[in-house]
Amino acid sequence: MTTQTAGSSDFIKNLGKMYGTYTGGFIAFIILLAILEQVGVPNKILGYLFVGFTIAVYAIIGVLSRTAQVSEYYVAGRVVPAFYNGMATGADWMSAASFVGMAGTLFLLGYDGLTWVLGWTGGFVLVSILIGPYLRKFGAYTVPDFMAFRFGGNFARFVAVLVLVACSFTYVTAQIYGTGIIASRFLGMKFEIAVFAGLAGILLCSMLGGMKAVTWTQIAQYVVLIIAYLTPIVILSTKHYGIPIPELTYGQAIAEITAREQQMLQTGLTTAAALKPHIQPFINYSPLNFFAICFCMMVGTASLPHILMRYFTTPSVREARQSVAWSLLFIFLLYFSAPAYAAFSKLEVYTNIIGRDVSQVRPWLFTWGELGLIQICGKNATNIDAIVAACKAIAGHPGVVRLQDFVINTDVIVLSTPEIAGLPYVITGLVAAGGLAAALSTADGLLLAIANALSHDVYYKMIDPNAPTVRRLTVARALLFVVAVIAAYLASTKPADILAMVGWAFSLAMAGNFPALIMGVWWKRTTAAGAVAGMIAGFGLCLFYLVVTRYFPGFGVKYAGMTSLLNPVTGAPLVDIAKVMALPNAMEALPTLAHPLANKVGWFNLNNIACGLLGMPFGFLVIYVVSLMTPEPSKEMQAYVDEIRKPRGRTVLVEKT
Amino acid sequence: MSDKTEAHWEATRNLMFKHLGVWLFFGYIIHFFVIPLNTIKIPILGFPLGFYMAAQGSLIVFVVMLFMFAKQQDKIDRDHGFAEED
Repeated sequence: MTTQTAGSSDFIKNLGKMYGTYTGGFIAFIILLAILEQVGVPNKILGYLFVGFTIAVYAIIGVLSRTAQVSEYYVAGRVVPAFYNGMATGADWMSAASFVGMAGTLFLLGYDGLTWVLGWTGGFVLVSILIGPYLRKFGAYTVPDFMAFRFGGNFARFVAVLVLVACSFTYVTAQIYGTGIIASRFLGMKFEIAVFAGLAGILLCSMLGGMKAVTWTQIAQYVVLIIAYLTPIVILSTKHYGIPIPELTYGQAIAEITAREQQMLQTGLTTAAALKPHIQPFINYSPLNFFAICFCMMVGTASLPHILMRYFTTPSVREARQSVAWSLLFIFLLYFSAPAYAAFSKLEVYTNIIGRDVSQVRPWLFTWGELGLIQICGKNATNIDAIVAACKAIAGHPGVVRLQDFVINTDVIVLSTPEIAGLPYVITGLVAAGGLAAALSTADGLLLAIANALSHDVYYKMIDPNAPTVRRLTVARALLFVVAVIAAYLASTKPADILAMVGWAFSLAMAGNFPALIMGVWWKRTTAAGAVAGMIAGFGLCLFYLVVTRYFPGFGVKYAGMTSLLNPVTGAPLVDIAKVMALPNAMEALPTLAHPLANKVGWFNLNNIACGLLGMPFGFLVIYVVSLMTPEPSKEMQAYVDEIRKPRGRTVLVEKT
Repeated sequence: MSDKTEAHWEATRNLMFKHLGVWLFFGYIIHFFVIPLNTIKIPILGFPLGFYMAAQGSLIVFVVMLFMFAKQQDKIDRDHGFAEED
């Protein structure tokens, strides 16, 4: 044991040197590839080198971090310093949706898209002041561990596992889907094959070393993803405005966009109906939905098990708090740059695409047009002839591209910025590697959260409490593998769009976990019956709203008093309920994406993505009422709660290793 | 529950409410006024203020307040003798 401690503290001391060398090496590798590109190595090979090299590095770290110790497998031995845990959390947190989707969402929604930026950062305040450090002091391996201890045993554990699996599984499917999209776009692989290739990358990082391996790979992945995200816009900003800080210069771009919007209106390039001014608030979301989404994302952050469990790995409660601050700083670096991407891309589209003669559309569009991601005049923009023909077919078309003729998939914004800026292909490859790092790192964290809940909570704590270490770890690895394969299979069927699925996870986590976690720490009087009832009630209500509004809208209208959502600008209903309900298929359920009411009905004009806003207050209320109706928790339990609140001393829960 | 425990928890709770208040203000309240704030232009940079607060301003506040919180809570723990050994 002594030699091992000495070895591990040496290892911790050398982290700075190791990751510094690694970062330097990565930059050298980029430069090497840039040189290879200049001497004429084809793009496809560069792309494979980029992705292959980075995944190989993650896999090597994953294999080197293999472990046979339970505490290393579940909580990385609790030795991860605040700064590095912050970086790992950053990678854990920033998903394919953040890396690829966020800027595109901001491009499309303008100001209203900022609800995601705010929501995905502000939640860390809650993590730090309300929950994270207390869970660290408690000494759990998983979030259900805490629920079980505080709320009277395995029934609470079981409910917490259900909540965890429900929110993490949709989320991990979205990540694996993201790896498939990125790999298929940049490497030209078939999507279904790319998904399983991504799966192999994920398993290599996590299976042998659990949390320990995931932590050290996530730090490496953070370095790649942040360099990849910032490089293209830093170059773009320097080119356009002479200052390499895009977060400052894009104010100019926004001013230019606003001026151009007016000009487009006057010259007939767009209509007041088609134009959504970039800085004007509340035209895509009503104020209620804007703030509801923001709130759900924030509270969801503080309830998602894969984020909370990252703070179980720090050496102390003090470092857990510092680590949340570092996490947000590292996350902030990406999120405060995303609006710059959106602004630069929008300016490019508005000045160089809109208003251009259809026969002179710039060729960078065609790569994306072939993939069906950019359309002009209602047809994929595959080449000049196709565009000219498509626009000719529209009656009264003026022969120049109008705003309403141009449709772009949100994923393209980040992925195409290097090409728009006329940068060499090596930068495009870098962005691909970054997107892949974002998706892989989040998938790793989520898979581990699910597999750990199944192996530690369900298998070890509920089925076989006497299982020896070797068997526990074998079961953990086997479950990780099984969950990963199921998620990858599901992703390969291309279920729903990434952002919607991620939003669900937040609301579900918020409704199921948040009230019980908060009350468990902050109100000693919370009883086991109250907490369990509150978890079921809050989670149940949220799930009901989600499922009914999406899959059984006819049922919702007829039996649950739901009405049509309203258009945020005009305030008119989105659909004519009476008319749709009279149709023969009104009560049909699955498959419903084509159902005219799907996602368009609800209570209080609340989007279903923000269903946590219904579930969470209900959960709090139920916990409060039921707790008061049941006898006060034992003196012993109340003393434990006092222990959780004081950083000094041993953890409350002591695991045998 | 000892007095020391009580005092420590009260200080902790007060700090929590203070930070929660700042969070509420910069997370929500200030953005209620985005439309009037957008009429103000930040000099040199050119951002409308309402947009800027949601895109950067509030985020910066969140980061800074988390570092401050870690420090302040640690001080509370130390003052009451409940901090971990360094």
